[in-house]
Amino acid sequence: MGRYVIRRLIQAIPVLIGATFLIYAIVFFLPGDPVQALAGEKRADPIVAEMIRQKYHLNDPFIVQYWDYISGVFRGDLGSSLQGRSVSEMLGEAFPYTVNLALVAFVIEAVVGVAAGVMAALRKGKFLDQLILISTLLVISIPVFVTGFILQLVLGVQLKNDYGIDFFSVSFNEDDGIRAYLLPAFVLASLSLAYVARLTRTSLMETMRADYVRTAVAKGLKRRRVIVRHALRNALIPIVTFLGADLGGLMGGAVITEKIFNMHGIGGLIAQAVYQKQGTIIVGVVTLLVLIYLVTTLLVDMLYAVLDPRIRYE
Amino acid sequence: MTTVIEKNQKSGRLEVGTPLLEVKDLHVEFHTRDGVAKAVNGVNYSVAAGETLAVLGESGSGKSVTAQTIMGILDMPPGKISQGQILFRGKDMLAMKEEERRQIRGQKIAMIFQDALSSLNPVMTVGAQLGEMFRVHRGASKKEAREKAIELMERVRIPAARQRVGDYPHQFSGGMRQRIMIAMALSMEPDLIIADEPTTALDVTVQAQVMDLLAELQAEYNMGLILITHDLGVVADVADKIAVMYAGRIVETAPVRDLYANPAHPYTKGLLRSIPRLDQKGQELYAIKGLPPNLLKVPAGCAFNPRCDVATDLCRTEIPALHQVTDKDGKELTGRRSACHLWKETLHG
Repeated sequence: MGRYVIRRLIQAIPVLIGATFLIYAIVFFLPGDPVQALAGEKRADPIVAEMIRQKYHLNDPFIVQYWDYISGVFRGDLGSSLQGRSVSEMLGEAFPYTVNLALVAFVIEAVVGVAAGVMAALRKGKFLDQLILISTLLVISIPVFVTGFILQLVLGVQLKNDYGIDFFSVSFNEDDGIRAYLLPAFVLASLSLAYVARLTRTSLMETMRADYVRTAVAKGLKRRRVIVRHALRNALIPIVTFLGADLGGLMGGAVITEKIFNMHGIGGLIAQAVYQKQGTIIVGVVTLLVLIYLVTTLLVDMLYAVLDPRIRYE
Repeated sequence: MTTVIEKNQKSGRLEVGTPLLEVKDLHVEFHTRDGVAKAVNGVNYSVAAGETLAVLGESGSGKSVTAQTIMGILDMPPGKISQGQILFRGKDMLAMKEEERRQIRGQKIAMIFQDALSSLNPVMTVGAQLGEMFRVHRGASKKEAREKAIELMERVRIPAARQRVGDYPHQFSGGMRQRIMIAMALSMEPDLIIADEPTTALDVTVQAQVMDLLAELQAEYNMGLILITHDLGVVADVADKIAVMYAGRIVETAPVRDLYANPAHPYTKGLLRSIPRLDQKGQELYAIKGLPPNLLKVPAGCAFNPRCDVATDLCRTEIPALHQVTDKDGKELTGRRSACHLWKETLHG
């Protein structure tokens, strides 16, 4: 296992370098001028513009710029924005919001999704099963910005105005602690939650038909023990894979949710950086996301071996 | 030997020969999209303590469905028990509440399945799966359960049981896995074991070892054994009596030697003829013509009639009853019955 982990970490290095290179290249060759973007609607003063270009080496060829950037990264310097703010500082500010949001969403997705899937599987064809199937289908087919705005309106505005329950707020307010994250996290989690519920349902229904579950029944175990100890444990293996891969996706996919609830996380930062064509910020953020993704997939693969003893890593 | 007798008194086990299980006129059907498949149509059989009943039949003859119904692990729906009784020690299990049923499962009646690899939980150690019986039914601690599991593994002669108790099913060979299944079935010292094709998935040499072990343990614990198989070779050595099933019915029952020596049903005759023999080297193997019937559309009359060489018009219209078989002088042969209109011709002809 140890050797496997080391090998995976070594493999991550070229992936990371490749990712930075690709993203840097994409941003560099995008049409538009980052310096002009700074000036907004007005035409940028040519002298000032040239000064900024000089300062940030924007006139250098692509490969030189990339080299400057990547050597900076290895020294622990992620560069700075064209406004002169350090990228690591910006990341440090935005990142906690996104991590909190993603973690709360992850918990909602895992707990609610698996629970709904289990309930549906055990009541196959009954009302609850149909309800879960239809509601998850709805969630999957409606884009997240629609779900987001609807929940914001219903839970954030109408619940307060019509019933006087002031629990969810329209806009993210840091002072509310974890409560502030609940609504945005639910919106962010909704799509994956629907997939998890459906995946759990199918997977559990399949394992309930397995021979070893029949054996467990023949052993005279209570239904609850048969389901939890024998069926669910096996049914969860594919779900863990999905959840693990999704944790990275939740961090990167928060752009829209963060925008709806006015959170200043990674999503906002990335959107802003793309508008302004600020390569250093984009590459910094995306590389971090790639890194998170690599680490979570590694953790999932290790967890996989724990859940399924038939899998061994040499 | 004394220890076994003591155990018997403690657990209140019945003496040899006392009836344990009686299946009476059992009917099971499956409701499918294409119609109702009648899998079991009025099966009767009984097993006593210390006795081995072999239930013989092709796939789809209803032998496994009957066993699953006895065990209470039939998938319902689509399965449905439309008629019949299953008496265990005189009490109808089909009329029991689920909780009462569950107390019998595993503790009084245990089952050994065909494919031990898929029948054992892949993510639990064999020790945990064996020990679970003691944890759940006897309230044993984790440590006690582990010791019991090791004891059981030694009992079924798994080498280095103590080192292997923490291994997972996939780390064992096929024969060893089947031994673990047997150990699991034995764990609560049940009155009756149902073995559903326990050796089908194994090599021939391993088959013999597993069967010997099963027979030996059965004799030692004085259990009743229902051995479900399609393998006539397996049956001969261990069974006391045989019930041959065809299309959900018992077509012949007989003490094992009598059946082999002189079958009283054309189907049994065909089965015995289709065993490959060394002295027939170079000759074409015999096979019963045709295919087993579609359970959605069982032929009228005797279900076997389209495949039978001696069928008459009567066979095509009237379902034969399970006749008591007599010898040439009209003396009843004990335990011998045949569901064939032409049993006399088949047996004596």
